[in-house]
Amino acid sequence: MAGHLADRQLADRQLAERAAAAERADRADRAAAAERTAFPGDRIALVDLLDRVLAGGVVVAGDVTLSVADIDMVTISLRALVTSISALADHRQLDAG
Amino acid sequence: MSSETGTWLYGVTDSPAAIRRDSFDDLTGVGGGKLHLVAAGGLTAVAETVSLAEFGEAALRRNLEDLSWLESAARAHHRVIDTLAHQVQLVPLRLATVYSEDGNVEAMLAEHGPRLRAALHRTASRAEWGVKAYADEPASTPAAAAPADRRKAAPGSGAAYLRRRRDELAASQQGRQEALASAQQVHAALARIAADARLHPPQSPELTGTKAAMMLNAAYLIDDQHSASFRQAVDDLRNRLPLRLELTGPWPPYSFADAGPELR
Repeated sequence: MAGHLADRQLADRQLAERAAAAERADRADRAAAAERTAFPGDRIALVDLLDRVLAGGVVVAGDVTLSVADIDMVTISLRALVTSISALADHRQLDAG
Repeated sequence: MSSETGTWLYGVTDSPAAIRRDSFDDLTGVGGGKLHLVAAGGLTAVAETVSLAEFGEAALRRNLEDLSWLESAARAHHRVIDTLAHQVQLVPLRLATVYSEDGNVEAMLAEHGPRLRAALHRTASRAEWGVKAYADEPASTPAAAAPADRRKAAPGSGAAYLRRRRDELAASQQGRQEALASAQQVHAALARIAADARLHPPQSPELTGTKAAMMLNAAYLIDDQHSASFRQAVDDLRNRLPLRLELTGPWPPYSFADAGPELR
C-alpha cells in the first residue's frame, strides 16, 4: 500500500513536471510564433529594429544628412538614453505578446 | 519650394515593374507622405519627398536623439521596405539617407550602380533571420553552488561568507562560460546553413528588459528555400542547449545589404 502511494506520488510529480515542461515549451513556441507573425504590425521589438535600420542597410552619403559616423554617435547616445526608459521599448513588447 | 524639401530614400530595386501599384499607392512614409520612384541607369530608388524642417540635417541631429520620434521613423522606414521587399528584390538603405533633390538621387544611382547591383545579387531570394541567445539564468546562477556551504556557514561568520561568495562567483563564471560555449555552438550550426552571417553587439539587459545575459545577437542570410530547415535547426538547438533562443524574421536583408568584403 505504501509502495503504491509512493508510486502514485512519484507519478504525480512526474506528471506535474511534464506539464510544467510542456507549458514552458508551449510558452516558448507561442513567443516565437508571436515574433514571427508580428512582422507586418508594430510589435517588433524596437531594439531589434534599430540594430538593423541604424547599423544596416546600404550606406550611401546623402547630401543633406548626417555622416555615417554621426549615425554611429546617435546609436551610442541613444543606447545611453534608452537605458533610462527601457520600459518603453520592451515591456510594452512583452505586454503585447 | 525645393529648398524646403528633400528626398528620403528607402531602398533600391532593379525590378520596379513588379511593385504592386495598389499597395505602393497605399504606403505612407516617414513624413506621412506618398512615395515615388526615382530611376537612373537601370536602377530605381523608392523615395519620399520630406520637409527639411523635420528631416534636414540639423533637424535630424535633434530628432534622432528623441526616442519616440526615432521609433516612429524607424517603424515607418521598415514598413515601406518590408512591404516592398515582399514584392520585389530590394536592397534597404540605412535610416536617414536624405538628398536635397531627386536629381542628386539619380546621380547617386549612377555612381553606386555596381555596388547596388552587387547587393541586389547577393541578397536575391534570401532573407535575414535574427537569432538571439540568452544565458538561462536559473540554470547558471550561483544557487547551485550554495547548498554545500550553507551547512557550514555559521551566522555572522565572515570567513564562511567569503568562501560562499567565492564559490558563487566561480559557479557564475562557469555558467557564463558554458553559456558562451553553447552560443558558439548555435552560431556555428546556423552559420553552416546560412549564405552569410553577421554578429551584432549583444543588447544590454537595460535594452532587452530581461535580466538574462545576451550571449549572441546574430543575423543570418538564408535562402528562401532553406527557411524551413533553418527554423527547424533553431528549434533543435533550443531543445538541445541550455540557452533561451529568440528567433525573429524574416527581415529584409538589412544586415547584409552593404556586407560584401569587396565593399568595405
